[in-house]
Amino acid sequence: MTPTTELLRALRQQQTRRVFLGRASQGLGSVALASLVSPRLPILGAAASDRWTGVVNPPHFQPKAKRVIWMSMAGGPSHLETWDHKPKLAEMHGKPMPESFTKGKQIAQLQGQKLVCFGPQLKFQRFGKCGVEICELFPQIGSVADEICWIRSMTSEAINHDPAHMFMNTGSQIAGRPSMGSWVVYGLGSEAENLPGFVVLTSLGQGGQNQPIAARQWAAGLLPTRFQGVHLRGKGDPVMYLGNPSGVTRERQANVVQAINALNARHDAMVDDPEIATRIAQYEMAFQMQASVPELMDTSKEPASIRELYGCSPGDGSFASNCLLARRLAERGVRFIQLYHKDWDHHGGVKDGVQLKAKEIDRACMALITDLRQRDMLKDTIVVWAGEFGRTPMSQGGDGRDHHNAGFSIWLTGGGMRGGLQYGATDELGYAAVENPIDVHDLHATMLRQLGIDHTRLTVKFQGLDVRLTGIAGRLIPEIVS
Amino acid sequence: MNVLPRSARWICAALASGHLAGSAATLDKVEFNRDIRPLLSDICFACHGPDAQKVKGGLRLDKRELALKPAKSGKRAIVPGKPLESELVQRLHTTDPDDRMPPEESHKTLTAGQKDLLQRWIVEGAEYQGHWAYQPLKRPAVPGGVPAIDFLVGQRLGSLGLQPSPEADRRILVRRLYLDLLGLPPKPEEVDAFVADTSPNAYERLVDRLLASPHYGERMAIGWLDVVRFSDTIGYHSDNPKNIWPYRDYVIRSFNSNKPFDQFTIEQIAGDLLPKATLEQRVASGFNHLLLTTEEGGAQEKDYEARYLTDRVRAVGAVWLGQTVGCAQCHDHKFDPVSARDFYSLGAFFADIQEPIIGRRADGEFVPTQEQAAHMRQNAEREESLRQQYEEPHPEWASVHAAWVADQVAAIAQTSRWQSLVPTEVKGTGEATFKVRDDRSVLVGDKAPDKDTYRIRFEAAPATMLGLQVEALRDDSLPSKGPGRAGNGNFVLTEVVARIEAPGKAPRTIPFTSARASIEQAASAEGNPYGAWTAASTIDGDAKGDGYGWAILPEAGRPQRLQLGFRDPVTLASGETLVVELQQNHGQGNHTLGCFRIGGTTDPEALRSKVAFPPSKEIADLVTIPDDKRDAAQREKLFVIWRDMAPELADLRQRLADARKVKSDFEATVPRSMVTERNDKPRTVRILPRGNFLVETGDIVEPALPVSLSAATKPPGDRRLNRLDLAHWLVAPENPLTSRVVVNRTWRQFFGSGLSKVLDDLGAQGELPRNPALLDWLASEFQSSGWNLKHMVRLMVTSRTYRQVSTASPELLAKDPDNRELARQGRWRVEAEVVRDNALSVAGLLVPVVGGPSVRPYQPDGYWENLNFPQRGYDESKGADQYRRGLYTWWQRSYVHPSMLAFDAATREECAAERTRSNIPQQALVLLNDPTYVESARALAARVLREAPKDPDARLRWAFRQTVSRSPLPDELQTLRTLLDTQLREYRADPKAAAEFVKVGSWLPPEGLDAAELAAWTDLARALLNLHETVTRS
Repeated sequence: MTPTTELLRALRQQQTRRVFLGRASQGLGSVALASLVSPRLPILGAAASDRWTGVVNPPHFQPKAKRVIWMSMAGGPSHLETWDHKPKLAEMHGKPMPESFTKGKQIAQLQGQKLVCFGPQLKFQRFGKCGVEICELFPQIGSVADEICWIRSMTSEAINHDPAHMFMNTGSQIAGRPSMGSWVVYGLGSEAENLPGFVVLTSLGQGGQNQPIAARQWAAGLLPTRFQGVHLRGKGDPVMYLGNPSGVTRERQANVVQAINALNARHDAMVDDPEIATRIAQYEMAFQMQASVPELMDTSKEPASIRELYGCSPGDGSFASNCLLARRLAERGVRFIQLYHKDWDHHGGVKDGVQLKAKEIDRACMALITDLRQRDMLKDTIVVWAGEFGRTPMSQGGDGRDHHNAGFSIWLTGGGMRGGLQYGATDELGYAAVENPIDVHDLHATMLRQLGIDHTRLTVKFQGLDVRLTGIAGRLIPEIVS
Repeated sequence: MNVLPRSARWICAALASGHLAGSAATLDKVEFNRDIRPLLSDICFACHGPDAQKVKGGLRLDKRELALKPAKSGKRAIVPGKPLESELVQRLHTTDPDDRMPPEESHKTLTAGQKDLLQRWIVEGAEYQGHWAYQPLKRPAVPGGVPAIDFLVGQRLGSLGLQPSPEADRRILVRRLYLDLLGLPPKPEEVDAFVADTSPNAYERLVDRLLASPHYGERMAIGWLDVVRFSDTIGYHSDNPKNIWPYRDYVIRSFNSNKPFDQFTIEQIAGDLLPKATLEQRVASGFNHLLLTTEEGGAQEKDYEARYLTDRVRAVGAVWLGQTVGCAQCHDHKFDPVSARDFYSLGAFFADIQEPIIGRRADGEFVPTQEQAAHMRQNAEREESLRQQYEEPHPEWASVHAAWVADQVAAIAQTSRWQSLVPTEVKGTGEATFKVRDDRSVLVGDKAPDKDTYRIRFEAAPATMLGLQVEALRDDSLPSKGPGRAGNGNFVLTEVVARIEAPGKAPRTIPFTSARASIEQAASAEGNPYGAWTAASTIDGDAKGDGYGWAILPEAGRPQRLQLGFRDPVTLASGETLVVELQQNHGQGNHTLGCFRIGGTTDPEALRSKVAFPPSKEIADLVTIPDDKRDAAQREKLFVIWRDMAPELADLRQRLADARKVKSDFEATVPRSMVTERNDKPRTVRILPRGNFLVETGDIVEPALPVSLSAATKPPGDRRLNRLDLAHWLVAPENPLTSRVVVNRTWRQFFGSGLSKVLDDLGAQGELPRNPALLDWLASEFQSSGWNLKHMVRLMVTSRTYRQVSTASPELLAKDPDNRELARQGRWRVEAEVVRDNALSVAGLLVPVVGGPSVRPYQPDGYWENLNFPQRGYDESKGADQYRRGLYTWWQRSYVHPSMLAFDAATREECAAERTRSNIPQQALVLLNDPTYVESARALAARVLREAPKDPDARLRWAFRQTVSRSPLPDELQTLRTLLDTQLREYRADPKAAAEFVKVGSWLPPEGLDAAELAAWTDLARALLNLHETVTRS
């Protein structure tokens, strides 16, 4: 008897025993068997047997959306130069900001300074049947304005970048809570065969205000590590340690992986440890990722029309490229995709700064929406455009704006969001959300609802609490969904 | 009521289902702590618990006297012995959704069995017990001669009808001990030696040897550094480095020297407050600086002051108390007796820590090696000796000093002989603009032409004026600070003309007869007919050409003066104005004046005495006091000022400066560590309603001990309590929490999970220990042994319980899948650091140096690209530092090393009492492809080729034993042989690939090895280093 058949027999015995013990769910059989039976070609799809199918299974509600693409405009975009037109602020330009607006509110770099109104620096224009008034530098986004649900009454608790990102991502300013992508994958699992369920892409802006972003923004926190976001990088290995050592071909790597899995399976037959089956599955998954991720990242085979639509070229590391990758990830079943685009921190030169950003994102956002729509995927993909906060109606240094969390704008589309709706408003100077204010927990709760999850029931025990994404808050905003 | 039989049925069902619940395993009397408190806490306390603000219906269930009182409705929730009269029971069973408890919106439910328990409890009298963790330690009686751990575990197993497992194979035992106590694998020789040692106390001697190893402290430090959240960087936003690694070495040393845990505690929280605190104790107090801090501009002080306070309180909760006190930041704790007042009062202990709330933290105190300390002493002595020479009284310098004082007096007199004139109009011939300032000086701005003539008009001037002064002044707005507008601060004043003008009259030019200046430039005077850039050439009527004039190099950046004498005294008649023309016709490089002032004099002495500058106001104030009126302090001050600038002392001064530079240059190479510095004026601490730092109406609180948690009392007297009081309270014999928390955490290291599973929460929402007697015995032993941690570790690892096999029979697995009852040992993947240490050790690459600055293992390029302020590159460590143990890895909070992170290393942003043990694809990618592991595999391969016997199978066996401490089974050997043969064929056919493969990393294999063979063995070694067994402690 050859060692392989002996091993096969041991595995079958073990399987039988597992079934007997009611632990058949480990799925070792298919994985290890496949890799042993066909040693040259380690198994396609075997890793799927270890795929996480979520704790909200079946969903709490009929889901309207399957996945999320979250465009994080890092640095805090000025709502006053993008989506929230304030003619009154233009009239007040240069005059002192009325104290009634600002008293007792949080303030960042303008602490202790004279607060002076700073009029909108860019022109606005109406778009679409909905007639939404947005900055004229975003005509491409304007061309799909009727698909978009515009929210002008967003608020946040945090006013510095790092805590504000944490709050936007995890619903808490304390490090260690899971990011929304981790929650969603924990809740719903992922449909991706050989890719992580939560993927993060980052791009730099050309204006030089690239604020740092910590890896904790996509960490699983108190959830198991497998739910963390995986950062796909534009340079080097897209996933850490994805590439084989130089000189090692895929086939040579396969030989090594097979030997590892065979030895692990053999050892499992001796010690009967369920962790070994999982480890075998993870080696399969890792080996598959070594092929599937480079294939995913290679956009050179996209038709020229698509590359033109997005306005990017393969491997340029731009936000537009990341939008195209986001669509490819969405197609492959990835549950939660987050794109960070940096350089929105316009303490100075907000006019030039937003002009530069408009060039970087306008076409790309339109392209992603259009592309998803033409593939019939927009209906079940929630696309979010949001910074971690907005910017002050007051001037900073004569040509910029400071951090601001009392009212700012975001938009959503797809996944059942109500296109063409303009929801909520800030006061006449664009300072505070006064009409239908919504906060980060409300946004999370409503998005989870679209994904089929009751935000009060997606919880995990930690330090005696039923921790959830929405803390002890979160209201559904039924008006923004159709 | 059919209470008992129903619950009995439920319990039987639980037993039959194979889940040995810790609660109500037998039909004993219901016990509040075991059976009831967990239910009330999880289901009821959120609305009927300690948070006084949130109590619904006036009912609290956390205290018996409150639970028995009529609620708001007038009904009584609990009537002891009378379930039918107890509203609680009614509410559990009612079908009316408005009345039913728990309410639907809580998403909580009670099983029928749980409801029965509550009923039985009421039937039996609804007795309460204090929460177990706050009760005094109860040391159970243990028969003499029996190890307490085994006795108490055995007692529990007996009550459950379980048998302990047999002792593990010696090979397994020695590997287990090495990994648990050192975090390193045993060498095959060490395994063999132990297996061969048949003496009765061989095991105990091995334990003692390992406990004495310097690597024991490293192993123990891993968990401690997680729970105190030690890292090399600040955490928030820019996540910049801080000086703190000597604290890590303090921790390692403390474990190695077995410092009593109470002392270890006191030194960290309050080492700086100890009388005559040693450097070691101050370094320990760096604990108070381990939290996350920020340097982000625009961060609000009050915001971060609140964050730091809560961070520190959470740390005390996590590290010592095992309490989730963080909840009380916003409200009274819902489950445990910690109020918001307790929380902020605890925070107030740390209000005396000196620190910038926002911004760069202090560099910390020097922590030199002995050698460095000697060097520092030498440097200090040399500096001191020179300083003394320099500063001691020097009568021989008295006359030089006196002459200098006289010069200063003369300079003041000279200056006072001139008075500045007020310009009423300034014009130029170019596009320059002029600003007349309050001190009558003129600052020139905008376009700087190559040539210009300034015309300055004065409507008033003193009568009988004898001369004119042009002061060329410095200004920060000018190139090189001026006075000129040329890039080097120079100018050329080619001609000065003065005229008297009056309406309707021809202007009268005022002739000059003398000219002198504070400096005349000698440099660059080739071809200059005066041989220098002289004052005289400004009044020569341009006789020798209009391009020559007065210039000042090398004295740019300092004020200069040009003084011109009139032939005849000048007095302005009524209606007349004085016009001064400054002609600057040098014609190249913007050599025009940038800042100037015009003055006049009526005193003939002004044109005779030395052209001098007045001293600074400080000196002027001193020298104008007559010699005999200056007091000692003034004399001293004047002397010091002179000494620090006198050219006569330049040499001595230079030597002193050199010594100081040598000292500071050397100091820059000496490690420093942040220590706690106490501020005599502590920050004011207020209770922040709902944790909101913008609300400043909360009560001001002073440090106070959360006495509700422990019987340990506060020290007598009414002085303000300090951190030392807090530390003493934490380790007071009456405080049962600290010792329970620490032994529970230590237990996990050796048995896989805590006796109470939630390590950082021994409160109501935590877990009642499965074996409370064992936990209490250990906690009590810990205290009574003098907080002797090595003693506790020795007790644990020498127990029979520890020595059991880690495999389980199907029956045992079914009954106790998570091994909570300890009828066997556990098995788990080793910590991230140990994964690394193990590979380097097997490869023979490990450099086992203990302590030192953090090191930087290979890391993928660009991993830090999202860090900013500043942007950072990653310089991987060279040489020996590349091969250090994992715990010395540079801990960048926002980007922890990706290999470490893949294996669940804590980011150390929050205190973490335990890590998850995940099993994810990234771990496979790390072990397969991270250069650290590829290189380790190559080094192991090279060892095989050089150290192992030549026979291929013997080599395979040798390599296998190096990695997992046992010999391969025949079929395992076959798998290895197949891999080796296949890869050898591959690399022989592709020598280029083999050559590339064996170059990964920086470690060079010995000369003379065949590349294809080395490559094939490297792949074989990769397979071995990737095995589940290799990274598993079993």
